[in-house]
Amino acid sequence: MKFDIYSFYKKMEHNDIMLSFKGDITSELLSSMLQIMETKLENLDEQPKVRKKVYNVLVECLQNLYHHRDEIRIATGNDENKKQAIFMISKNAVEYNIMTGNFVKSEKVAGLKARIDKINGMDKDELKQHYQDVLSLEGFSEKGGGGLGFIDIARKSGQKLNYEFLQIDEEFSFFSLYIKISQ
Amino acid sequence: MDKITIEGTSKTPTIVFDSDAGLLELKGRSIPENSIEFYKPVVESLDKYSHEPKEKTSVNIQLEYFNTSSSKCILDLFKKLETIHKTGKDVVINWFYEEDDEDMLEAGEDYQAIIKVPFKMIEVGS
Repeated sequence: MKFDIYSFYKKMEHNDIMLSFKGDITSELLSSMLQIMETKLENLDEQPKVRKKVYNVLVECLQNLYHHRDEIRIATGNDENKKQAIFMISKNAVEYNIMTGNFVKSEKVAGLKARIDKINGMDKDELKQHYQDVLSLEGFSEKGGGGLGFIDIARKSGQKLNYEFLQIDEEFSFFSLYIKISQ
Repeated sequence: MDKITIEGTSKTPTIVFDSDAGLLELKGRSIPENSIEFYKPVVESLDKYSHEPKEKTSVNIQLEYFNTSSSKCILDLFKKLETIHKTGKDVVINWFYEEDDEDMLEAGEDYQAIIKVPFKMIEVGS
């Protein structure tokens, strides 16, 4: 069957997708996407405050995907398929939506869920305290962020992190993350 | 003595470190994927400086964006400043943030809560 490009186009149009990508998130690609989004946000004449929030959250999301890629590459012995990720950003009248999806080892799902649920259970002040606690912990994770990414996204977006895990095979799950940023 | 000047890029800040003047400046954006590598020379120079600091050390942080990977590196720099401050020397961190940029002001307050060095929060017109 032929791939129906028009219906794909309609779907993206209907969902107000500003930019989407599926594939291997390399460093060059990450830089290009940030550049494109920066220009788009400037052209939209968005309030500086919102523009900065969106850009900040984008950086964290894309770098999460980028750093995660190395982990998966090691875990799968460079499996081209599992290394890939999907990223989308849309804008409607009231909010921006950033959506990411990537493969994770199923054994990591419980830990990730616990981390996000903990963050989602916190109010603004608790998040601030949690961020400071994690920041001042000694040592660095190999990724460099030291587990601050999700906390930062939650603080900047001011909303709960919506997520889903889908079991793909006995070893891997697909992790979908939905982030809203109000205008 | 040490003098470092790093030109800024779309992902990394302009950094000036002048040990003779007791001055450290970070300006622009700090969103590299590998922050540890980027900040290494500055952390090392500041570490060296902390053994023989000037009577007064001024630090200007004027960032538009920084990622969480940079936030730990910036904390490392501030910890060196805290060491200097503990020896009785004068240290001040000027934290610049754009008008309306509450996130950047809060980021400064996060450091202020962790690091025992006088901070000055300075609002600048956008």
